[in-house]
Amino acid sequence: MKETEGPGNLFATLLPQAGASLLAIFLAMTVGGVLIAIAGVNPYEAYSAMLQGAFGSQFAIANFLTRTTPLIFTGLAVAFAFRCNLLNIGAEGQLYMGGLAAVLVGVYVTGLSALFHIALAIAAASLAGAAWGGLAGLLKTTRGINEIISTIMLNFIAIFFVSFLIQGPIAEPPGFFHQTALIEETARLPKLMPRSDLSVAIFLAVFLAVALSFVLWRTPFGMKLRSVGLAPETARFSGISTNKYLFGAMAISGGAAGLAGGSEILGHQYRMLDFFSPGYGFDGIAVAFLGRSDPIGVVFAAMLFAALRVGANQMQRETGLPSSLVLVIQGLVVLFILAAELRRWLRERAVSKGKEA
Amino acid sequence: MEALLSILNAEFLAASIRLATPLLFATLGGILCERSGVINIGLEGMMLVGALMGVFGSWYLNSPTLGFLVGVLSGALVALLHGFVCISLRSNQIVSGVAINLIAIGLTSFLIRIVFGLADQQRIVPHFNSYPFPVLGQIPFIGPAFFNQLTLVYIAFLMVPVSWFILFKSRWGLAITAAGEHPKSAASVGIDPQFVRHVCVVLSGAFAGAGGAFLSLGQLHFFQDEMVAGRGFIALAAVIFGRWNPVGGMIACLIFGAADALQFRGQAVGMGIPHQFMLMLPYALTLAILIIAGGKSKAPAAIGIPFRR
Amino acid sequence: MIEMEKITKVFPGGVVANREVDFKIASGQVHALLGENGSGKTTLMNILYGMHRATSGTISRSSQTLTIGSPSDAISHGIGMVHQHFMLVPTLTVAENVVLGTSAGPNRLCPFLNLREAEERIASLSREYRLDVDPRAEVWQLPVGAQQRVEIVKALYRDADVLILDEPTAVLTPQEANDLIDVLSNLASRGKSIVFISHKLNEVISLADEITVLRNGDMIGMVRKKDTDAKDLARMMVGRSIEPPELPNRSPGEPMLTVKSLCVEDDRKLEAVKDVSFTLRAGEILGVAGVDGNGQKELVEAIAGVRRAVSGSVETKHQGVSNREYARRIGHVTEDRLKTSVVLDFSLWENFGIKTCDTSPHASWLGMNIGSLKAATEAAISEFRIKSRGPDEKISSLSGGNQQKLVLARELGLKPDILLAAQPTRGLDVGAAEYVHQRLIEERQNGMAILLVSTELEEILAISDRVIVLYEGKIMGALAARKATREVLGLMMAGERLEEMERSPGERN
Repeated sequence: MKETEGPGNLFATLLPQAGASLLAIFLAMTVGGVLIAIAGVNPYEAYSAMLQGAFGSQFAIANFLTRTTPLIFTGLAVAFAFRCNLLNIGAEGQLYMGGLAAVLVGVYVTGLSALFHIALAIAAASLAGAAWGGLAGLLKTTRGINEIISTIMLNFIAIFFVSFLIQGPIAEPPGFFHQTALIEETARLPKLMPRSDLSVAIFLAVFLAVALSFVLWRTPFGMKLRSVGLAPETARFSGISTNKYLFGAMAISGGAAGLAGGSEILGHQYRMLDFFSPGYGFDGIAVAFLGRSDPIGVVFAAMLFAALRVGANQMQRETGLPSSLVLVIQGLVVLFILAAELRRWLRERAVSKGKEA
Repeated sequence: MEALLSILNAEFLAASIRLATPLLFATLGGILCERSGVINIGLEGMMLVGALMGVFGSWYLNSPTLGFLVGVLSGALVALLHGFVCISLRSNQIVSGVAINLIAIGLTSFLIRIVFGLADQQRIVPHFNSYPFPVLGQIPFIGPAFFNQLTLVYIAFLMVPVSWFILFKSRWGLAITAAGEHPKSAASVGIDPQFVRHVCVVLSGAFAGAGGAFLSLGQLHFFQDEMVAGRGFIALAAVIFGRWNPVGGMIACLIFGAADALQFRGQAVGMGIPHQFMLMLPYALTLAILIIAGGKSKAPAAIGIPFRR
Repeated sequence: MIEMEKITKVFPGGVVANREVDFKIASGQVHALLGENGSGKTTLMNILYGMHRATSGTISRSSQTLTIGSPSDAISHGIGMVHQHFMLVPTLTVAENVVLGTSAGPNRLCPFLNLREAEERIASLSREYRLDVDPRAEVWQLPVGAQQRVEIVKALYRDADVLILDEPTAVLTPQEANDLIDVLSNLASRGKSIVFISHKLNEVISLADEITVLRNGDMIGMVRKKDTDAKDLARMMVGRSIEPPELPNRSPGEPMLTVKSLCVEDDRKLEAVKDVSFTLRAGEILGVAGVDGNGQKELVEAIAGVRRAVSGSVETKHQGVSNREYARRIGHVTEDRLKTSVVLDFSLWENFGIKTCDTSPHASWLGMNIGSLKAATEAAISEFRIKSRGPDEKISSLSGGNQQKLVLARELGLKPDILLAAQPTRGLDVGAAEYVHQRLIEERQNGMAILLVSTELEEILAISDRVIVLYEGKIMGALAARKATREVLGLMMAGERLEEMERSPGERN
């Protein structure tokens, strides 16, 4: 996952990587096709149903973009932290904290104009995520606790904490269902298409990707952050306070993940259900990896994952194949990218075999 | 207080031990794997595969024992893949684990529907029954609490001294520690750290598979989507909580198992503590321990770092 | 007894580490493998120990060809090696480390250890060879010297009769080094063959029976100690007479850096710099001589502001600014270039801009001006004659010398009034090293205050105005470079105070 590409010659450095990603996608789809065939369905039909499901109609596309939005946010979260050599496994927990903050502001703050209410709710979501991510950063810089471990723990703590609130203190009165009340109309993000779930949140996600890309490649902050990730001692000897950047990277990462939760609530769910995320935070790890930890790459990776998920439902309806198949395809994509090292491995083996002979 | 007393009885102890068992299998696997220098985030997925294949094995071979073995083997097989990716190919261990979890969730959910059919996916398969010890099982309190369990429970707890002995009193254990702490020194005396790591990773998968098969064949008696429900991650917490020592891991699993049992029973008895806090306990406790002990304390020094000669 | 013939090693990537080297070890002898850093000594011994494979050449023992494909093979042929970076597992005990990789039980099949038996054997080996090793101690608690003896026991436990030691004294205190020398002579007198790798003339002469000299991967010659002397060896090792650059006259200006009673701890929390005071003036090069590991690293890092001083003070014109600003005002060519000076995955321009990307003219209100950074890098590339494909190339693809030139360009580009140059020519080829010296002298002429830390006496003597010598963290004395001789500096580096030598010149022997 250690990749660097400067803005210098974007195409020369990004293209081979995009090529490897595309190859991995192709291989994963092929293996998926074999599984489909084993299940007794024509892979061609299954995949075209999937395409139909994702892009076949305006509503399909709206659905697909709605699904893309949280994945861009969580993918950005993981990718940005990784640029500082931090593996944020905790996007899921940060997402829950973001969603919680958004729903609190959306439900309990009243009497604001739409613009302010939305801005406040979004700010609250990102701050809550940033706080939860920053906590892991703080534990790392002050107590030396590996962020991989702490974020795994913080995930479950956040998820169960939010679940506790939803089933108790903030449950919608009278409390029969495990859900909160609906957020105020003024806190809801404008829809891009009537009768669909698609809201302006997708623009926010793409904007954040562009912004983070700019920050990483074209600001001193980004360059210093990357230097802390790649060579912490050199950074320290250059007068860079590495702890500040480690904390900052985790907080920004958490903020992005918090927006994933916030945009789900403010964009189309409008209330918080128990366990409201189907694992967007964990998917974010795979998305970031597929996107080579590049914010722009993350957008494309998120689109692929979303298309697979959305298309899978149509595939299930039309062919009776379980939609869970796409999880296998997604996992395989990641695994095949990891296996890009395979060629070097085979070469090394060939060399050592040659010597023994 | 009354509520507290009403739950602390033989039945509660038995439940704690039963709930600790799948965690214990996975934890022992995690300890072995991490001590050799490889993180296994994929324990969760390996447990899930073990659970499903256990069900298949038990159904088609008409024997829970054979089914359990199929579960163990399939967990090991998935682990072999993890090992290949992060030991041989030296790719990122965390990402590999994440991918394996994704694949495991998808593949098990896909296969149960394809093989048993949509209508019959929660088919009850031949399963294990508890085995009361002849004499010990008769002792009041102690008997029902400790000696009226599934055979697999006894096996799991027997694995604790066995793995402790192997880790700390055998040359295999020395080799594992060397591979996890300072692989170069292992290589310099003719031990191949990559081989040692491969073996440990495969064994960890076997243990995780055992934990999963225990869940399906010992507790649920059928397969359900995502039935492992985060136990693989609790096991990761138990590895840290137990400071990479099988005995410590066992204590962690017992505490976490008791919290789980308390959660079920607390809900029933109407105890004041929200059950979510019980579910949270393993993670919160582990984090607290880490904060107190400070970071890396006992983690193997070379964990997560691929070895190259 | 063991013979390596026509050994050639080419690393993937084309670096030739050894070129048809012949090497012979007789039993009961201490054999020194002498050469500068990077001359191929360690590679040759790693081949003998099975860590690397030779590209061509043969190894034989008593005219019987050996195939050594791994350390296990080497061990089974009675070869043991003590690596420069010890191959010990810190969390295990001495006995556990020693038996690691052996059967250490009743038989090959039984996996369980009989540590008691091993502990007894270790204790008896320790007594026999006077190694003073406690088999039950945990390795991480042992001082470096004791860890080294554990490594020796490890080899003896495996019945090694050929013992290879890679730069064994580099990490030791002088006292420990003396003890080690005793241990090694003792081992040799009991019939073991010792090979030790070194680049230090004095210890080679005091210890070795036979000496093989390598230079740039070639074998230059094998001599017996009684047939040679330090001057001969130095010539063989270096192979070029060092052309001392011209140091023009210049009277130093005002004090730029004043260090007062400075005490600094190393990473192990041991006091590494003890009560050090000196003044560095504008237009002066102050050489800091001393054997590696006598507090130079900690001293420089404390001055550079990346290591906290326990007590004492460092006074410059730049007190009270932020760390970042301080790093911009004091030039620092760091000792460990790859770890602390460059970001290997960064391009040249990113490395060049790492200190200045957030100040004018490279920073704008929103981001950074990549164009101006690249232009500045381009200018540095041509001024410092850095061989590269341009500012966008990754620094990792440059040679060490060119990387160092970029670092020097970056630090001098800061226009600092103080430059800390730690081992600035370590690992560089002659051309690059000469260029670095030339630049340092130029900057001195322009009034820069330069602190030059080096373990190479020649370098210190050639381009310094004054010299101080560090020994165990203390200054042994300061003198003008013109008046300094190798002999005096050598004695100071070995712990004699200059004032004591001056007071009683006659008592020295």
